[in-house]
Amino acid sequence: MNFFTLLRREIRAYFLSPVAWVVLFFFLLMTGFNFYAGVAALNRGPSEVTVVEAFFNTIFFWFGFILVIPLITMRLFSEEYKMGTIESLMTAPVRDSHVVFAKYGGALFFFIVLWLPSLLYFMVFSRVTKLAAAGASGPFLGAYSMLLLIGMFYLSIGCLASALTRNQIIAAIMSFSMITLLFFMGLLTFFILNITATLREMTSYFSALEHMGEASRGIFDSRPLVFYLSLTAIFLFLTFHVFQSRRWRN
Amino acid sequence: MNFARRFLAIQGESRHKLRFLERVNKRTRNLLMIKVAGLTKTYAGVSAIQGLDFTVTKGEIVGFLGPNGAGKSTTMRILSCFMPATSGTASVAGFDVATQSREVRSRVGYMPENVALYPEMRVQEYLEYRAALKGVRGRRNRQRVNAVKELCSLRDVETKLIGALSKGYRQRVGIADALVNDPDLLILDEPTIGLDPNQIRQVRQLIRDLGKRHTILLSTHILSEVEMICSRVLIINRGRIAASDTAENLVGRVRTAGGVTAEIRAEADELQGALVALTGVRRADVVPMDDGWMECTLRTDAEHDPREEVARLAAARGWPLRALGREQVSLERVFAAITQAEEM
Ligand SMILES: Nc1ncnc2c1ncn2[C@@H]1O[C@H](COP(=O)(O)OP(=O)(O)OP(=O)(O)O)[C@@H](O)[C@H]1O
Ligand SMILES: [Mg+2]
Repeated sequence: MNFFTLLRREIRAYFLSPVAWVVLFFFLLMTGFNFYAGVAALNRGPSEVTVVEAFFNTIFFWFGFILVIPLITMRLFSEEYKMGTIESLMTAPVRDSHVVFAKYGGALFFFIVLWLPSLLYFMVFSRVTKLAAAGASGPFLGAYSMLLLIGMFYLSIGCLASALTRNQIIAAIMSFSMITLLFFMGLLTFFILNITATLREMTSYFSALEHMGEASRGIFDSRPLVFYLSLTAIFLFLTFHVFQSRRWRN
Repeated sequence: MNFARRFLAIQGESRHKLRFLERVNKRTRNLLMIKVAGLTKTYAGVSAIQGLDFTVTKGEIVGFLGPNGAGKSTTMRILSCFMPATSGTASVAGFDVATQSREVRSRVGYMPENVALYPEMRVQEYLEYRAALKGVRGRRNRQRVNAVKELCSLRDVETKLIGALSKGYRQRVGIADALVNDPDLLILDEPTIGLDPNQIRQVRQLIRDLGKRHTILLSTHILSEVEMICSRVLIINRGRIAASDTAENLVGRVRTAGGVTAEIRAEADELQGALVALTGVRRADVVPMDDGWMECTLRTDAEHDPREEVARLAAARGWPLRALGREQVSLERVFAAITQAEEM
């Protein structure tokens, strides 16, 4: 199937590009530091949070998360437009949808790889301290599933941005702004002093911070699941249409 | 066809006849590799091609010529389904480029004007990838990749990173890519640009060999190349087809209206007057040469060849004559005549 041929190339393209290794390196540094900071905080005295919760709810975590998404997705389409490889790609008998899914799939794969080492941190932690890292598998699974869900959504935003322009920097800025905007909309509760109950309800519905907070405490909620999956689908659909219509504008 | 079927039904004709008609229809369709009708492309208000009409039959090697910006690449990009036309239709092997694009793409090997490749891939890997993308898988993938590597002399660089290849080698990878699925139709946009003389010769030979089994549409600015390898020339100028014929016929067309040159020693004005008086001569230019001889250029009507009369004239007047010949007309002249006449 063409899709797998395309997907394989997308994945290989990440691991053959120096940018990806630089991203991976600094990302590891960041998550490593974040983990260390979490453990150090717990070391200072008794606390009611687990190490999982401490890891997934810090400013370092979110900063790294939001920053890395545009770096992963900016090259997807823009690079092909800019280099001109889009011409040979699209004159091969491939389906547009396969191209979009393969590119998205490649980005998602790289995103997952970025987080794999953090699993190691928790394993080492529980080995060394003889404590179960999270106290239970619920928060652990919850946090990682939420990570994947939010990541899927943000990556689809990046995908759309990249399909819109031949300039990688512009693609990165567009997706970064969009993701930051969405993220901070979820923080409205902190900015508005006399917030009404309904507004608080609403913001909590799309607050990534709250979703992650709950998930890393092991609370399962189906609303974020539906929320992120449907938004991902919408953004991929938009990407597909933008990608197709670019040909008409040529 | 529908009409024919209904017509036959009304006539009460046998099924047999109907099938015969269908077969004829299919055969004529199969003979046509490219059919372009009223093709127009407008880029953001700028018109690139305007109402192009032409056909290419199976087995032809067609040279697509035209000045810069004439619309060659635009036409080729539409035929290879990279972009849609603004209006008009084009079909390849009977499939419409707009509505049956994947059928078309799987039958066309397209080499773009700017061969863009993934710099991080190795040559071998890239060709395998491209072959797989075009549906060539498994053992055949390996076979085809080996075959095109051989054809395009890429053996020595198969393990090199594409980013580290020289321009000519990248061009060869582009040609290899176009060939890798053994397509019915090859569309090559300036395939020999950037190649060294040996490679150019090799690629021309390659194209000629490929032309035995494939249909080829290639654009180029090297006219001698066209004369050597193309069975037909298609000249496009300012988005319109300006000529379509074999190279010889085109050259012939200009030659008949062409000229005769002579070198005679005589007094310029007298010579000029005598030459113009010859039958069929429309214009005579007499230019003094460095050594006192006159270089004469005659423009004649198509049906007259005044060489004999010129010789007799010189003999009668006692003028020494040291050269007399017909102007050698190259495709270059034809090209200039066709594409510049329209600009004026
Ligand atoms: N992407 C584009 N956007 C706008 N105009 C374009 C674009 N591509 C081509 N054109 C215009 O369309 C016309 C035809 O261009 P095209 O590239 O088809 O010419 P060409 O015959 O291939 O020329 P060359 O011999 O230089 O390759 C030109 O006037 C060109 O400026
Ligand atoms: Mg061109």
